[in-house]
Amino acid sequence: MYHIVVCIKAVPDPKQADQIRIDPVSKTLKRSEVPLVLNPLDKHAMEAALHFKETSEAFVTAISMGPPEAGNIVKECLALGADQGILLSDRTFAGSDTYATALTLARGIEKIGRYDLILCGMASSDGGTEWVGPQIAAFLGIPVVTMVEELTETGPEIWKVKASIENGYRLMQVKLPAIFTVTRTLNSPRVLSFSGIIKARKKQILCWSASDLGAAEDTVGLLGSPTVVSTMTTRSSRRQVEIINGTSEEKAEILVQKLADAGLV
Amino acid sequence: MDFTFTEEQEMFKKAAREFAEIKLTPWVAEMEATGKVCDAVVKALAEAEMMALTVPEEYGGLGLGYTARMIALEEISRISVATAMMLQVFALGIEPIVKFGNETQKHKYLPDLAAGKRLSTTAVTEPTGGSDPTGARTTYRKDGDHYIINGRKCFITNSHIADTLTILVKDEADPKAFSTFIIEKDMPGFKATHEENKIGMRGCNTGELSFEDLRVSKEQLLGPEGKGLRVAMAAIGDVGRGGMVGCALGLQVACLEASVKFANERILYGKPISQLQSIQNKLAEMKVDLDAGRLLAYRAVSLQDKGQNASNEFAVAKYFTTEATQKAAKMAVDIHGGYGCMVEYPVTRYLRDAFVLGPSAGTSDIMKVIIARWVLS
Repeated sequence: MYHIVVCIKAVPDPKQADQIRIDPVSKTLKRSEVPLVLNPLDKHAMEAALHFKETSEAFVTAISMGPPEAGNIVKECLALGADQGILLSDRTFAGSDTYATALTLARGIEKIGRYDLILCGMASSDGGTEWVGPQIAAFLGIPVVTMVEELTETGPEIWKVKASIENGYRLMQVKLPAIFTVTRTLNSPRVLSFSGIIKARKKQILCWSASDLGAAEDTVGLLGSPTVVSTMTTRSSRRQVEIINGTSEEKAEILVQKLADAGLV
Repeated sequence: MDFTFTEEQEMFKKAAREFAEIKLTPWVAEMEATGKVCDAVVKALAEAEMMALTVPEEYGGLGLGYTARMIALEEISRISVATAMMLQVFALGIEPIVKFGNETQKHKYLPDLAAGKRLSTTAVTEPTGGSDPTGARTTYRKDGDHYIINGRKCFITNSHIADTLTILVKDEADPKAFSTFIIEKDMPGFKATHEENKIGMRGCNTGELSFEDLRVSKEQLLGPEGKGLRVAMAAIGDVGRGGMVGCALGLQVACLEASVKFANERILYGKPISQLQSIQNKLAEMKVDLDAGRLLAYRAVSLQDKGQNASNEFAVAKYFTTEATQKAAKMAVDIHGGYGCMVEYPVTRYLRDAFVLGPSAGTSDIMKVIIARWVLS
């Protein structure tokens, strides 16, 4: 039976992106002001794991690093069908960059004991670096394939993946254990069901702190993060409206000229 | 006193919202255009186990009770009032069997109804009256171990899609005695006839039923013979009115959300109209009504979940929320100005849907009669 680990992240609800503010001192997002939801691309990773579990035998673990409130998205994954949930939560984890986040998740995955396949969303909707998956792979010393669009088991511990690259795709055979970071074209995630929520009542969420992971304070959180954010600004986009007057022919001519000037036609 | 949902109820809300936004939104325009029930919507409701919410677990349901149902209806109605109405009436057909059915009837009907393999409704209203069921003219007469039913019902939600129906019928020999029967759509003598074309809740089927020498066995009798009024009224009083309250709350939310969005986007005098006090007043009134409606709704439903009679509390909630919804829909259209008259803006649908909420499960005037009777008792 495969042990599949899905890395998930609690992100500020993208539907309320316009309400997300930046803390001018820490230069991080003020996550507490907007409800936290399961990172949209992580839903595709979870769906891939659950779909495999339905067709073959697998034990699916959802793991997340975050504040206690992130426990809600772990519960959500249990309700979707994951067998076990793990929340890595400790005050010392605060301020982690992608390096420290990946290191913490890797330590958590090692503590689980067995892992065959690790799935991550390609990127988070708030940070969007696409680095955490590959960095976990580096810490665990296993192969990684990013931007996976299709994946199939072709033999014992051998998976065939189709991954997107610039102007095309690549096909690879990968021996497990490995990490795949997935795109939204991989599948259509299932929606939460009432019966899934009921079944999740009996499932366990494990909470592990820094000491549970045996992680030294200076390797996690802000202290363990080599990244220095020099500045962060909110980008504003405003629509410019220009009314074109004249007859229909004149208006069409002016419009075509303007589009041509802008290099759009 | 705690006015917050439990963590699990919050998750139910999230699940229902995701379901409605992802599975129902694509079909709203089609339902609106055709006025017909959309098979894909019924299938989606069944797959999401929405018909199973209040059915006990031992009969294939989820046994989640009425607060979970209210949460689901509110979220579904926020996207499609027609779908919420259809769903709430499935429960209305199921409830009399849950409450008054014998074990044979429960095992025979509930698992398929919970799974959405069979659809249901309840039929009380007749051309001679709905709020006053004693004026009914559909009658039965006993014939050995059978009953012969003749008459017709009107304004029946799910009339043409229901497979299993619970119907209230008067004793031909004793006009004061009513009985409730479970009938099935393929029984000879039963027919769904005229289908209504409503101004709102398009996509939710409403129509007439005809019974012509419909012969049913005594096994189809639901509850004691002659006590059918209690069976039907127990379902309508709590489940029917509760369902309408859920529909109303969802529509109130939709009106408020559409109004806030439009008011923030519409620029007038160089600024969004949401900065104008006259618009803010409307938004504030909508919010107050929504919060007050929710308090009334969840007070009633919490009593219902405790097994207490909440008919009076539901009458208050039904009166308040359906009136508030009509007010909210009117204000939403007003905020949209000229755009509020254009069918591509959903507020036009909200206005039409809001006015269908009024008479369903008892008009506001009837609710006030019930409330006054409660006050005076």
